[in-house]
Amino acid sequence: MKGMTIIVKSISSWVKMLIFLFGIYITIFGHLTPGGGFAGGVILACSFILLMLAFGREYAEENLSLGLTSKLDCVGALLFAAVALCGFFFGAAGFFVNFLHQEWQAGQATALKLVSAGTIPLSNIAIGLKVGASLFMIVLILSVFRCDSSAGKQEVS
Amino acid sequence: MSMFCFFLFFMIFLVIAALIAVHTDNLLSSVICVGAIGFGGSLMFLFLRAPDIAITQIAVEVLGLIILIRATISRDKTFISGQREFFGIVFSVAVLFAISAVGLKGFEDLPEFGTPAFVAAAETQEIVASEDYIEQSLSRTGAANAVAAVILDWRAYDTLGEATVLFTSILGAVVILRKETRNSPETIK
Repeated sequence: MKGMTIIVKSISSWVKMLIFLFGIYITIFGHLTPGGGFAGGVILACSFILLMLAFGREYAEENLSLGLTSKLDCVGALLFAAVALCGFFFGAAGFFVNFLHQEWQAGQATALKLVSAGTIPLSNIAIGLKVGASLFMIVLILSVFRCDSSAGKQEVS
Repeated sequence: MSMFCFFLFFMIFLVIAALIAVHTDNLLSSVICVGAIGFGGSLMFLFLRAPDIAITQIAVEVLGLIILIRATISRDKTFISGQREFFGIVFSVAVLFAISAVGLKGFEDLPEFGTPAFVAAAETQEIVASEDYIEQSLSRTGAANAVAAVILDWRAYDTLGEATVLFTSILGAVVILRKETRNSPETIK
């Protein structure tokens, strides 16, 4: 199974970058426009799934291997927990305290800018990383399982 | 009034799609009907002025539809055969009517459509959480998107729980679907 026809391959090689960029945009601008980490992560996973459907599983695994997805998943989860735990050490002590925004408020007003809202964009990026990696990992694992089960059937018959 | 007609039309569409998804014999058309329910739901979220949920719903729906169609196409048996039991249909319809009756009873106690729940509670107590969220989200968290301010600042514990649930479910899927088992000959030697 080496993917689909040349039409699908050439179109998806153009579109994959746009989908990836849109996922990054949705994730990073989550505190200004509708969207956020979860939706952005799903769109990031969709770009890799398009790659997998069009070019075959091996090509997608060369770009983002199964081990790397599980590492990114753990990194995203730990980053989110780290952002939450940083609230203990900076500013007013507490879990999930928006310490960056409290520091910025004393200085200049940064409302409605890309770099604003303190820890919310950091949390969005962490959740986007986690959701995207884990959903792509699920699809990869399911396709591995499918290939193995069909190979087993052929052996039996 | 036109909004209400639109919602009524969509409700009927979603109910018909759900009925077809349950009762059709072809597995692929059932999956497509499930997708239609998801996309209709995301459209309803959009018209209820919840674009965050609409974007998430539409992205998750695309992903789920891809997985389900891949799983359906690779199956040998895509048609469901066999008769339904008469008693089962009667029992399910009876349960359906009972749940609808209880639900209609419960709707009477709900606040009017479009009224935030915390405002309705504020008539008795002096807590108006929803108005505080709208007024103070920009000044206290700096986020222009009030939904992001709620889910990642005030109610970040919920989001942490959701992330934990996702992590645990994916851990379970990896364990169940892994390639080499613990007792396979390759790992033993």
